[in-house]
Amino acid sequence: MQKAESIKQKVMPSGDAFASSCNACKQCTPLGACIAFKGMEGVLPMLHGSQGCATYIRRYLISHFREPVDIASSNFSEETTIFGGNRNFNTGIDNIIKQYHPRVIAIASTCLSETIGEDVQRLIFEYRETHNTEPDLPVMLFASTPSYQGTHSEGFHEAVFAAVKTLAEASGPVGDHINLFSNMISPEDIRHLKGIVEDFPIPAMLFPDYSDTLDNTSWDSYRRIPDGGTTVAQLRNSAMAYASVELGYILNSGGMNGRIKDNGTKQSAGEYLKGKFDVPLVRTGLPIGILESDKFFNALATISGKEIPVKYQRQRGRLVDLYIDGHKYVSGKRAVIYGEEDLVVALAAFAAEIGIKPVLCASGGESGKLAETLREVLGENYYEEMVVGQGMSFERMEEMMSELQPDLMIGNSKGYYIARKMDIPIVRTGFPIHDRIGAQHTHVLGYEGTMILFEQIVNTLLEEKQRKSSIGYKYM
Amino acid sequence: MAEYLQGRESQIVTKGVDSHELVGGKPSVAGSVSQRACVFCGSRVVLYPIADALHLVHGPIGCASYTWDIRGALSSGPELHRSSFSTDLREKNIVFGGQDKLYQALHELIDKHHPKAAFVYSTCIVGVIGDDVQSVCKRVQREKNIPVVPVMAEGFQGSKKDGYKIACDALFSLVGTDESMEVSPLSINILGDFNLAGELWMLEEYYKKMGIQILAPITGDGRVKKIQNAHRAALNVVQCSGSMIHLAKQMKEKYGIPFIKVSYFGIEDMSDALYEVAKFFKDDSVMDKARELVKDQLTTLIPALEPYKKALQGKKAAIYVGGAFKAISLVKALRLIGMKTVIAGTQTGNTEDYRLLKTICDDGCIMVDDSNPVELSEFVKQTGADLFIGGVKERPIAYKLGIGFCDHNHERKLALAGYDGMLNFAKEVYETVTSPVWQFVSKNKE
Repeated sequence: MQKAESIKQKVMPSGDAFASSCNACKQCTPLGACIAFKGMEGVLPMLHGSQGCATYIRRYLISHFREPVDIASSNFSEETTIFGGNRNFNTGIDNIIKQYHPRVIAIASTCLSETIGEDVQRLIFEYRETHNTEPDLPVMLFASTPSYQGTHSEGFHEAVFAAVKTLAEASGPVGDHINLFSNMISPEDIRHLKGIVEDFPIPAMLFPDYSDTLDNTSWDSYRRIPDGGTTVAQLRNSAMAYASVELGYILNSGGMNGRIKDNGTKQSAGEYLKGKFDVPLVRTGLPIGILESDKFFNALATISGKEIPVKYQRQRGRLVDLYIDGHKYVSGKRAVIYGEEDLVVALAAFAAEIGIKPVLCASGGESGKLAETLREVLGENYYEEMVVGQGMSFERMEEMMSELQPDLMIGNSKGYYIARKMDIPIVRTGFPIHDRIGAQHTHVLGYEGTMILFEQIVNTLLEEKQRKSSIGYKYM
Repeated sequence: MAEYLQGRESQIVTKGVDSHELVGGKPSVAGSVSQRACVFCGSRVVLYPIADALHLVHGPIGCASYTWDIRGALSSGPELHRSSFSTDLREKNIVFGGQDKLYQALHELIDKHHPKAAFVYSTCIVGVIGDDVQSVCKRVQREKNIPVVPVMAEGFQGSKKDGYKIACDALFSLVGTDESMEVSPLSINILGDFNLAGELWMLEEYYKKMGIQILAPITGDGRVKKIQNAHRAALNVVQCSGSMIHLAKQMKEKYGIPFIKVSYFGIEDMSDALYEVAKFFKDDSVMDKARELVKDQLTTLIPALEPYKKALQGKKAAIYVGGAFKAISLVKALRLIGMKTVIAGTQTGNTEDYRLLKTICDDGCIMVDDSNPVELSEFVKQTGADLFIGGVKERPIAYKLGIGFCDHNHERKLALAGYDGMLNFAKEVYETVTSPVWQFVSKNKE
């Protein structure tokens, strides 16, 4: 077992090197798939496996988004694991259709169904065959997401890829729209990105769009399936976009922790569309901070040939002004940053450009690419003393933090207990946030989101300073 | 009336309208979006609060991740139960087996944390790949000299209730393996209270005032040693949840310890819980103390409840909780504050429980077993309930329907048992039902 003294290593060994994890910094693949699926219009997600998976994942998501999240299960029994899941699968689909009348049934596998070798594509095919006289059968698609391969992040990207692969079809000339694959961001951030492309204007399909399905209004009467989401028609049309913009450097390209054989079949949705339909692909990171947001806006400007709207230029200007207003409060502060790998890269880039030292960048992910991506993205701003942790658990983070003595934590709410023990502040962002309301309204992308995040960080530090001061200044 | 899924008809009964009996204990129908979780959930939930034991989940990360520190089960001492330990199985473990990893993990974790016992939870996939968890546990137990108890709770084996039984078996294996504690002749074990928000401590105070010793709390504020000594108590007091009755029966059979079923929710049931124990010990001084305690509590409680009762009189409530005993107590407690129950349902009640539930419900009440969001939202619409009592998965339904909500599940951080709990309950219900925010919701009531 690795001891904390081994911080001399700047890149921590992966979680695979340990026999157990304590307080893991990740969830399992089907959870990510369910979030992505909720980005489709008229969808009811289903997990092929044990009932517990669906229920636990529902609870976890409900506690973050504070919305109803209905996920069905094929309810495996002992019999099912021996004789196969087709009967349960068919009953499950029948009942979903009867209760929900969905437009789409999006299915993800679980460790159980994968291990017994369920061929869900065949099950879908057979279902359609036996029901081919029925009008309006929902679209059915399948993402392979065994929970022993990767984290919820990989599950998310696999689901995005599966939806695109199933639906994208060539039809007619290249359209005037782009695809925007926005990664696992908050509903508020999705709305912001949609606003940006609308303002250029650039017609765009943003996928997965769960900005309404996971953050809806109050209702007059109960809706079994909430409104909103990327439509099937839009997804079909993704093959005819004139470009795809994909946010995130790592996505699902990595080593898939503990995987036996990497047959290189993992593709992102953008890569798939490029390979199959020649849709040019532009990859850029999650736009947090000025440098990364610049890349995003410039990418949009370049591919569309349009200028960045004045509104955003002014936002950028105000952000620079804000950075200057707050630079003294954050300068030299040591932060621990954690979350999904792409988020960690974005937050680290942002931290580095404002003078915060990201002393530890930790993720439950194990793509094997985190360290090199950080170095490449941060470039000149790279902090040489940074420790990069992959396959991390909160327990290992805590051990390291007792040596690193950071000033603050930036990440999800599961880290609170460490912040409390060490009596340092925590800035809550990412997923999940289970001890505050408003998680669905987290806004960190673009110049506007960065402003909010920057203010949150500075004010957290100010509050800490004020609280710990014996004098009690009202003027900081 | 809405159309129900095929196979669900026997699990929905409107009192005074339907003639068939409400049936419990059936597996959930695929695709129904049941609110129930799995066998692992049942075991995890029961054993979770044992605070000085190592709880290791053998499987991929999800099962452990989703159950990390979500319970409001408080401990007066060690907090090992608040950490989430998993063998985090990867693909190569699935292919080549995870036994070695489990063995190594147990050794490392026991060395690091020095627990008094270890529980190893087997998950779905372990059942399929055939890891011999039991033999690994036996071996480590020999080597480390602490009980290492396998909890064979693969999610697909049955339902949440089966998980309860498996947990009881695990606990029973500990009972009777130690005799070093001092035990008074007036001693009881409390089964089926999980010390959410300190409710067990409240009960301990009440029983202590009566002169009764609580030997083993199972499993709230649980300690391995107390469970090991539990066979020396004179009486098992079982909070009537499906979760613990199996253990009580096992202890009766092997050790001759009688058990009584009680509930600590609501005034009537709480007072009965004290009187039944006093009656059992046939000790006048204990009964006198019980009467005095109840009188004291009620003298302050009843008047305090009046304003809430006035404001809530005539309002309607929907209940959907895990276990039947809780639903039964809640119907009574709601009546005390002037509210009528129009929906009463549980995830895991059995047919017998539902018979009892029916006797205390009013006509027109919709009773349901193993419900789902579609059904629950329909019922609320039909009955015009003003309040929903349930857990995390019911709350968004209530809020979208524009009605108040009371969190009565195992994640709650507010004490709702006992006399103080009754007041907290009334206050919580009052605050949510009378909140001015509902004025902004236009309800489509049919």
